Amino acid sequence: MKKILIAAVLAGLTFSSAFADTVRMGTEGAYMPYNGIDDNGKFIGFEIDLGDELCKRAKLDCTWVKNDWDSIIPNLKAGNYDTIIAGMSITEERMKEIDFTTNYTQPDPSKYLALSGGSVNVTSGVIAAQTGTIQASFIVESGATLVEFATPDETIAAVQNGEADAVLADKAFLEPYAKDSGGKLEFVGDSVLIGGGVGMGIRKSDTDLKNKFNAAINSMKADGSLNDLIKKWEIGELF
Amino acid sequence: MSNCWTTIQDYGLRSIGIGERILPKTDITICEQVVLIGSGLIWNIYFGIIAVFFGFWFALMLAIGKNNKLAIFRNPSNSFIFLFRGSPLFIQFFFVYELFVLLPKIGVTLDFGFLSFSLQTHWLTKAWLGGLFVLFCNTAAYSAEIFYGAIRSVPSTELEAAEAFGITGWHKFWRIIWPSMLRLAWPSYTNEAIFLFHATALIFFTGFPAWRQSGDALYYANYFSDRTFNPFLPYPIVAAYFILVTLIIISIFGFANRYLNRHLDVEQRTQIKLSINLLR
Amino acid sequence: MFNTCIDPSSIEGFIWLICYLTTAKHFAFYFSFLVVLLLLIFAAPLSLLFGFIATAGVRSSIIPIRILAKGYIHMVRGIPDVVFFLFVPLALDQLFEFIRHKIICFEQSEPIWRGTDFVVCKAAKLPLSTADLWVHQLYAFILALIAFALVFGAFAGNVLSGAMSAVPKAQTETGMAFGFTKKQTFWRILVPQMWVYAIPGLSNLWMILIKATPLLFLLGVEDIVYWARELGGSKTSLYAYPHPDWRVYYFAGLLVFYLLMTWLSGKVLNRLQSKLSHGQATMAGRELQGYQG
Repeated sequence: MKKILIAAVLAGLTFSSAFADTVRMGTEGAYMPYNGIDDNGKFIGFEIDLGDELCKRAKLDCTWVKNDWDSIIPNLKAGNYDTIIAGMSITEERMKEIDFTTNYTQPDPSKYLALSGGSVNVTSGVIAAQTGTIQASFIVESGATLVEFATPDETIAAVQNGEADAVLADKAFLEPYAKDSGGKLEFVGDSVLIGGGVGMGIRKSDTDLKNKFNAAINSMKADGSLNDLIKKWEIGELF
Repeated sequence: MSNCWTTIQDYGLRSIGIGERILPKTDITICEQVVLIGSGLIWNIYFGIIAVFFGFWFALMLAIGKNNKLAIFRNPSNSFIFLFRGSPLFIQFFFVYELFVLLPKIGVTLDFGFLSFSLQTHWLTKAWLGGLFVLFCNTAAYSAEIFYGAIRSVPSTELEAAEAFGITGWHKFWRIIWPSMLRLAWPSYTNEAIFLFHATALIFFTGFPAWRQSGDALYYANYFSDRTFNPFLPYPIVAAYFILVTLIIISIFGFANRYLNRHLDVEQRTQIKLSINLLR
Repeated sequence: MFNTCIDPSSIEGFIWLICYLTTAKHFAFYFSFLVVLLLLIFAAPLSLLFGFIATAGVRSSIIPIRILAKGYIHMVRGIPDVVFFLFVPLALDQLFEFIRHKIICFEQSEPIWRGTDFVVCKAAKLPLSTADLWVHQLYAFILALIAFALVFGAFAGNVLSGAMSAVPKAQTETGMAFGFTKKQTFWRILVPQMWVYAIPGLSNLWMILIKATPLLFLLGVEDIVYWARELGGSKTSLYAYPHPDWRVYYFAGLLVFYLLMTWLSGKVLNRLQSKLSHGQATMAGRELQGYQG
């Protein structure tokens, strides 16, 4: 038994030193156009294109990992993957727990989406948001009643079936829903600017990786390829 | 210690919307975890008590229906029991929630003459009513099976004696079958109550959204586990709370069991033992 | 899958539905039903093993083992299973990686816990970060399996120790009278006889196990609940098959699946039970009556 264990351990050692630079990229896969999973079960979206390009530039071997949003930070810290690239806005609060690369989107205003024709008071009504997002914290502080859902599309469903007056989320995420609804859903109230743009989350102990990705992001900003991706996926403001 | 006292004041009733609005976010103390998770336990107890109380009477109706010779009474009972015992509670919560959100949002006004109030269908999508409804149906189905088994085990000699005295119909049921049935069913029913109480922890993990971040004990434990990245504190706290309440349930039901068995010889009395027949 | 499905936006009606239900994502959904069945097939004997060990522990003459075993089989009475499912896989994963780190990277002096980061050396990762996706999924599945076996092992322990006490005392006493050792009585008299008494309880446990499988969803395994939520959620025109919120239909499907599973199991188990008690009716049945007096 012991021998098998040692053999397995040694095999593991040699195996890992051969491909030491595999980076596991954690994403949610449910937040189009940032990240999603298409009907063939493949990752698609702005961040997938971006992440693949960044890995190419940083000469890293990357694989994609899907993880639910509510446990995405704990699993990064537990080492189940090495980066979070899931439309996560850079905030003071999260900076206490994990490090972020430089932002790869401009701060995207969040908007309220509601059923058309109603009068919604965004500071006292019932507002849906995904658990653990900056929008959820914002709603609690705004005085409105927060209804939390585990996944982003449940928040939209809550507005459509009238359970919530409006949903607060990133503009880029809400726009396809507003467009598809054929006028049934509309933006209400003022946009709110929360968070400092989206960045990749990386463990505090992993500064090496952070520097590599920072360099790659900066090079994409410099040659305009990042702007091309932002345009392609309609993410928002250009750099 | 004084610090913890303010925490109790701020968060002791947080789960029902009283106290501090914003949950602790950074530098979370053990005291905050114990208080907030304990506050969430209010919901578990609420779901447990209401579902068991109303479920008991519905279960009795189902059991009598199942025992009836006529198919019109027997079949609905059987189908209901099969539906709720044959599928996982977890899926029932998901399904019923999705079903309730499809209901038109209307208010139904109930008028009792002396008292009238309006019933809002959108309440059904909220855990306090919708989740409770599922738990109620679920416990009714499981309890009905227990009660049915107990009705069938009432000694035939007792029934013969009753008939010999000319006691029949409803009279026979309430005076003869009911006390024996309750006594025979009680140990199993105790287990049902315990596991129903455990099942209350599922509600906020199954589609029913939390409003104003008011949830049950496990909701807050999960919150803390995600915030502090340390599952080794909040989950044992929840476990300890549940063990405590389970012990209370056992002692209350044990007290009732002694009452139900008071007329019997010591050897004939039924004892409460864990049986897993009733787990969902 | 079919040629007609290449451009989903141009088709509609029944063909659209056929194409929609045969996407790769849907095949992942169908495959996840197999995952549930696999879990059942592995979890059942494993729980029985855990339960058997616990039962033997309860009868041990060594006090610490007895207390441990009793604590284990009684814990499920006080603590909801969902708490275990949220806690055990997480704790196991860190425990395994911690042990591997101590063995493989013993020369590394940096602490494993840095702040709240849990950092083990690359070679101690489970599975290795270079491993394929299926290895990671298999690992998650195994962790889930252990969690199930732990919880249901405790239930099985309850059933088996109840069954052991149901074996008539006179049987073991006879064994003693023939000069059997304690070990011999346990293996040759108690164990072979208890199964008859344990069958009803174990059948029940099987039904409960079936109904507990949706909890896989909480364990990071892409099970049927996960896919029902993922596929049923509304899809915008960014996807090839846009549709509104269809989760209620997917969950209805799951409900039917589970009803079928329990109905079928119930049929099989009933037959098994009646067969067993049929064989026992003459001997064991009469004996049991005699001893209980």
